[in-house]
Amino acid sequence: MNSPTPEIVPIRSESDVVIVRQNVRKWSISVGFSLVDQTKIVTAASELARNTLIHGGGGELKSFLLQEGNRKGLCLIFDDQGPGIPDIEKALQDGYTTKGGMGLGLGGSKRLSNEFEIKTEVGKGTSIKIIRWKA
Amino acid sequence: MERIPILQMGEFLMVTIQVDMHDKLAMSLQDDLTERISRKNAKGVLIDISSLEMVDSFIGRMLSNIAAMSSVLDARTVVVGMQPAVAITLVELGLSLKGVRTALNIERGMALLQSIRSSQQQVEDSPIEQPYA
Repeated sequence: MNSPTPEIVPIRSESDVVIVRQNVRKWSISVGFSLVDQTKIVTAASELARNTLIHGGGGELKSFLLQEGNRKGLCLIFDDQGPGIPDIEKALQDGYTTKGGMGLGLGGSKRLSNEFEIKTEVGKGTSIKIIRWKA
Repeated sequence: MERIPILQMGEFLMVTIQVDMHDKLAMSLQDDLTERISRKNAKGVLIDISSLEMVDSFIGRMLSNIAAMSSVLDARTVVVGMQPAVAITLVELGLSLKGVRTALNIERGMALLQSIRSSQQQVEDSPIEQPYA
């Protein structure tokens, strides 16, 4: 069950990427994540927020605290109205980059999350959802 | 503009990253360090990241770039103080920090730089062989 209203953080500049990291840290502490799990989801969020900014031309992060029975988790959704990803398979490959980065952002953040979902349409934008559950 | 201070200790430069860096700040540290190595003829760089709660691919790339650039300028780079949670996350992210030497803390990092330096000096001090003399 999702929390009724998500928290929203705009991603318009490099300092917003830092603000995303700080907020995700705060939320993951409130869920009760271990330090390692906090670090993993903060790092994944940093990668995805940078993608939203650089590839998507900016966008926003929506966050939901999840509770399913005894299970708690954190869900993060990164939305942009950018050019979209023409080839998701390729974009997920380590080392594949179109903007001179290291090409670890998507694949790396997938590995750092428990659940990972991309919706993208060329010319319309991209939405990436990640979930990490409390261990 | 915000800058990360670079301290000089003899032949070595030392940087302690204490803020959550945005990407431009990381890039300017890379440029500042490269310029200082060259201007001060520094032989080693020690980067303390013990306050960093996260290293993502951008910061990881900055560390690798600093190590590579300093190496071209005849200086060695040692990164010290990485938190265990950061190390675990880096590996899962897929970053190996190729070419970056690491040490557990500042003291060991300094000792490492000094030992690299003294082995370099031994080579520099040894007489040049003149095979046809």
